[in-house]
Amino acid sequence: MMLVFGLFFLLPLVLVVIVSAWDYNEYEMLPGFSFRGYTDTFEGCLSDWPNICTIFKTYLKTLKLCFITWVLTLGIGFTLAYFLAFHVRSITWQITLSLICTIPFWTSNVIRMIAWIPLLGRNGVVNQGLMSIGAIHEPLEWLLFSEFAVILAFVHLFTFFMVVPIFNSMIRIDRSLIEAATDAGASSWQTLINVIIPLAKPGIVIGSIFVITIVMGDFVTIGVMGGQQIASAGKIIETRLNALQFPAAAANAVILLGATIMIIMGLSRLVDIRKEL
Amino acid sequence: MSERRSKSFYLLATFFLAYVLFLYGPMFAIFVLSFQGPEGGLTFPMNGVSLHWFYKVFSGGGIVDIGASFKRSLSLGLLVTVLTVVLSVGAGMAFRRKFIGATVLFYTAIASLIMPSIITSLGIALEFRLIDDLINHFGPEYHWSWAENWTTAMGLYTSGLGAHLTWTLPFGLLIMFAIFNRFDHRLEEAARDLGASHWQVFWHVILPLILPSVVGIGLFGFTLSWDELARSSQAIGSVNTLPLELQGLTTTVTKPDIYALGTLTTAVSIVVIISALLIIRFLQKRQARFGSDAGQGMV
Repeated sequence: MMLVFGLFFLLPLVLVVIVSAWDYNEYEMLPGFSFRGYTDTFEGCLSDWPNICTIFKTYLKTLKLCFITWVLTLGIGFTLAYFLAFHVRSITWQITLSLICTIPFWTSNVIRMIAWIPLLGRNGVVNQGLMSIGAIHEPLEWLLFSEFAVILAFVHLFTFFMVVPIFNSMIRIDRSLIEAATDAGASSWQTLINVIIPLAKPGIVIGSIFVITIVMGDFVTIGVMGGQQIASAGKIIETRLNALQFPAAAANAVILLGATIMIIMGLSRLVDIRKEL
Repeated sequence: MSERRSKSFYLLATFFLAYVLFLYGPMFAIFVLSFQGPEGGLTFPMNGVSLHWFYKVFSGGGIVDIGASFKRSLSLGLLVTVLTVVLSVGAGMAFRRKFIGATVLFYTAIASLIMPSIITSLGIALEFRLIDDLINHFGPEYHWSWAENWTTAMGLYTSGLGAHLTWTLPFGLLIMFAIFNRFDHRLEEAARDLGASHWQVFWHVILPLILPSVVGIGLFGFTLSWDELARSSQAIGSVNTLPLELQGLTTTVTKPDIYALGTLTTAVSIVVIISALLIIRFLQKRQARFGSDAGQGMV
């Protein structure tokens, strides 16, 4: 197993870092030290100062998408996990309900994205519905192939990644603690804030790491749901690759990796992953 | 928790129901729309009901060679499944004792799981490009006959397979952890006391007990590989797997055949899931029947 990871994960990562410092021309990479991959990436950042250059704009946009998705998935995921863990009483029902949520996870993400087209498109169900009740007169253009669609798809695809770890933390909470809180006179709201949330924190952190890393590196969802119009950190890498500019792609990958690692480090300060599994 | 169901229960239950609708609604829309009549478009309303678009997918009219990528995805998925099961069970067994590199392997697996897919994909692509360059460079020098007409080492069963394994193996390993966390160690101790060798303990005691969960690993391995897209994107070489074809189609196709294709691939996933669940049930029943209460600890 280590061999597989070594060959197909660690070595490739090392190569990404090495190649990111290579030179390149129109169609091939040239071994030899150069920061061109990086300088090309940050092109215009100094000269256009104080205007924000493309790469920073792209990262800001990616972070924004990431943040909105994180807030939404956390809110929805926490509520669902809370319901499953504390309000559904029999184990059979817990398993059944989780299975219902898991089944869509086993079909292709692309299909789950395509599935929004008949609903959100110009002649889609939502637009037709709104027009028939007279709420709008023109079809809404921003429903599909927009940031809204991207975020909707992210929430649709990845909320369950949040539910599983949070649920896992919640069912481990000793019920007597909650009873104790109630007996001590805490309202259910106070119990939630002061007892359940702190104890479910490991799950929240693990779920957050999952969602954030997926969204940071995503280029498929953003491509399909954004109509190939929205730029993101992952999309830059893909574009560079399609232009066969490997060192530039690698440089972007290193930057993305750095950004992701910083976020994970910040989050994992809060919890020891190994202990939770 | 009060004994009677409170108002918040119904509130939360409604929320849950809304989420399930949100989850399934769009999928049902495309399932229904894939039975669109020949005149139908990409949206409601339906223009008649027919199997026209399924027929079109199978006859290959209009879309690129779907049948071939379907078979490619299927065979790659099966290979990934077998390797994931074997390697995960092996690693899971190894992790029950401390061994050198255990922590490193664990963190590598976690890192592989959460690494943005495009980076892994790019890395593998670079790796195989460099291998190609090396072979092209040294081949003539050392007169390797096999290197003469070298094109690329990249392909479905080299780089593509590797890319998929970096995605399925962490899941397999985590499932193994979950299994052995609840495993009753007294059972194998009893077997050892009765004089069973390590191999016999594994073959006659441990494996039958964990078999239902091992089928689960296989299920994960197959479905993850079957739908994998981001990691394959740069690392698959010149041919495409089914999800890659589908992604390509989203930008060009304006007819419901893409929905028919979506319905078909989902159907494959569902068939696999159901058969896996049936096998698991069968194995658990058999355990319950022949294994006294030994299987009770496992879910």
